Amino acid sequence: MAKTILSVDDSASMRQMVKLTLSSAGYQVVEAADGRDALAKAKAGTFNMVLTDLNMPNMDGLSLIRELRGLSAYRGVPIVFLTTESDAGKKNEAKAAGATAWIVKPFQQDQLLGVVRKVIGP
Amino acid sequence: MTNRTDPAQIFREESAELLAELESTLLRLEARPGDRDLLDTAFRALHTIKGSGAMFGFDAAAAFTHHLESAFDRMRTGALAPNSVLIGVALAAKDHIRALIETPALADPAEGERLLALVAAQTAGPPPAPAPVPECIAETTAETAAPSDPDRRTWRVRFRLAPDAMERGTNPLLLLDELRSLGDATIRAVTDAVPPLEELDPSRCVLAWDVTLTTAQPLSTIQDVFIFVMDDTDLTIDAVNDEAPATAPPSDIDAAAPQPTAHAEIDPGPTPSPATPVAAAPAPPIAAESGGRNAANANSASSIRVPAQRLDDLMDQVGELVIAQARLKQLIGASTDLQVKSVAEEIERLSNGLRDITMGIRMVPIGSLFGRFRRLVRDLSQELGKDVALTMSGEDTELDKTMIERLNDPLVHIIRNSLDHGLETADQRTAGGKAPQGHIHLSARHAGTQVLITIRDDGRGLDRDRIRAKAEEQELIQAGAKLSDAELFQLIFHPGFSTARTLTSLSGRGVGMDVVKRTIDALRGTIDITSTPNQGTEITLGLPLTLAIIDGLLVRVGRGRYVIPLFAVEECVELPPTAEGRQAGRNFLNIRGALVPFIRLRESFAVSHPPDAYPKVVIISTGDRRVGLVVDQVLGDHQTVIKSMSKLHADVANFSGATILGDGSVALILDIGQLVAAGQAAGQAAGPAPEPQRAAS
Repeated sequence: MAKTILSVDDSASMRQMVKLTLSSAGYQVVEAADGRDALAKAKAGTFNMVLTDLNMPNMDGLSLIRELRGLSAYRGVPIVFLTTESDAGKKNEAKAAGATAWIVKPFQQDQLLGVVRKVIGP
Repeated sequence: MTNRTDPAQIFREESAELLAELESTLLRLEARPGDRDLLDTAFRALHTIKGSGAMFGFDAAAAFTHHLESAFDRMRTGALAPNSVLIGVALAAKDHIRALIETPALADPAEGERLLALVAAQTAGPPPAPAPVPECIAETTAETAAPSDPDRRTWRVRFRLAPDAMERGTNPLLLLDELRSLGDATIRAVTDAVPPLEELDPSRCVLAWDVTLTTAQPLSTIQDVFIFVMDDTDLTIDAVNDEAPATAPPSDIDAAAPQPTAHAEIDPGPTPSPATPVAAAPAPPIAAESGGRNAANANSASSIRVPAQRLDDLMDQVGELVIAQARLKQLIGASTDLQVKSVAEEIERLSNGLRDITMGIRMVPIGSLFGRFRRLVRDLSQELGKDVALTMSGEDTELDKTMIERLNDPLVHIIRNSLDHGLETADQRTAGGKAPQGHIHLSARHAGTQVLITIRDDGRGLDRDRIRAKAEEQELIQAGAKLSDAELFQLIFHPGFSTARTLTSLSGRGVGMDVVKRTIDALRGTIDITSTPNQGTEITLGLPLTLAIIDGLLVRVGRGRYVIPLFAVEECVELPPTAEGRQAGRNFLNIRGALVPFIRLRESFAVSHPPDAYPKVVIISTGDRRVGLVVDQVLGDHQTVIKSMSKLHADVANFSGATILGDGSVALILDIGQLVAAGQAAGQAAGPAPEPQRAAS
């Protein structure tokens, strides 16, 4: 049973890149365009991991992380956030909200895979 | 149609949309420079272009956009006042970004420089920092760097995750897997922080791990395993051998020192352990010194005489303490309070120690009792005209003081009997080919929880025929009944039984041996007799070590609980269903080929409570006579402080006393002697082999 990952990004190109990378490694990817969309999809289904951008319209990544951690079904589900900010403030905020790991953009495909494997296994 | 699966192409289309959105936003911002929503929208567009651009190879566009994004971020957060000049520059910059993305070859670097200078002038801050060096995930970098280090080193990695790490999505198993993938790992979970089961929250991470890892990878690779949890994790990584101290964290004192003890099996280097020889050397003098001190103490040891009543009072109090402690233990079994539990365990240990010491205080060597019999034997042998020598062994065997006092009369009776009936006169002995001097030997020794006292003479032995004739005459047994020696000899303890042809002043009135039997029964002791014609008789008294406390087997019959003295218990078996269905009076169990009669205590005690589905049989014995007691449940072993019954209940058959259980309820102690007798009697009534009939006294 393939592990399912919810990929949340307002950038379609990023979503596409994530989907190509992860599905070629055997993961199943469901996409969401912003936090609100992601929360609805998260509530409707079950995911092994959520990969989210932080800066998005309609509900940013931080709010999404907090909302997900408030759901009992998503306590313990790894949440990885993508960030271009390398400053510690944003990272710490996301970690305090309950994020599990992070990936700093720009990244290579194998780096993305490395983090996903690290967080949920192959 | 463009190729929808190429992210770079998607990015181009996406950026065109974003730039169009940016343009309209900037135009509206010119009219309303302070509008926060518009600033956010513009920033987000720039942010996405920068982030995605860097992902798909549009490095120039990403680097350029970074500076514009920084300026908008400062405006957005209020660090920089929005102004129309900057927005104008941004509009020009947007065109440049578009050129960089769509036709990078035609984009003019000089235009970019100019626009950046303008942005820098407007932000009035320090010249814009170069675009951040892309921060790579250290893991991959490290992995590519790793093969350059050919040396395998051993590291000790100890880590404890934050308690909520699992709730935040960290899977410790994956961390361990990752460590394992780096080399040879020995992983040990540290469970000292694991709470009792009742308090265990499965979503909290309470374990810590101690991993010994031998790997060719550098320290940084090991650290990278913990990259996402580093901040909240209690992590130490120590070099185990001396070869790699430079890379160890300098703050950790342990890191520089070798770890000789726990890792000897993997440590490639020698692991000298200087502690052992150093510790061994001074040990003998210490031992010698303490030994000398002990000897001095022993020399100065003295005894204190105290009234026996005080010892009895002390024993009573300790008995009460043992009961109270048993109640505490039962209560604490239901508690989850670790601190209270540890105090209860301490109290249990102390009260057990106090009990043992108190019982020890009451212990007196049996030699003080044996000594009295020298005079008795001397006087009696003179009176009877027999030459008798008394020898004894095991005089230092200790026995409860009260017990020793109560043993006096039975022993006097037995010794008198031996002198009177057992031992022959010198003439008779010589005629029988024996030494003229008769011999009585008293011995005492410990056997398990009992003390065995043996009185042995080398006289003529018990006369089986006369005992049988007398028993038949008194209708104690049926004529011609087959009896074992042990069964036959037990008859001499029957009240009124005497085989003496002539009464002497000493014995023969049929009261002596009866007294012996009753006294020993009251002490919960046993009597065994063996006798060989013309060679002598040996009577062995088995006595419990103390009167006040016995080890018992707690059983349940109906709702009542009863204690069976453990010394009498031989085994517990399940009552076979075939035996269950039989009529009363045909109650025999086949125990390894021997038929053992059994008594249903439910019937004896008239229990109406529904029986258990699988009744158990406790096989008890006195001497070599066995009886099974059918009970509903065997509850387990129970140390019992004996409370004697009131005078009103003293005559109730089958019970020898009572005790108070841990929960405060009363359990009756079964009288083994009476039950065995009753069981044998019942067995004889219907059994295939006649058994001696004994009245329950």
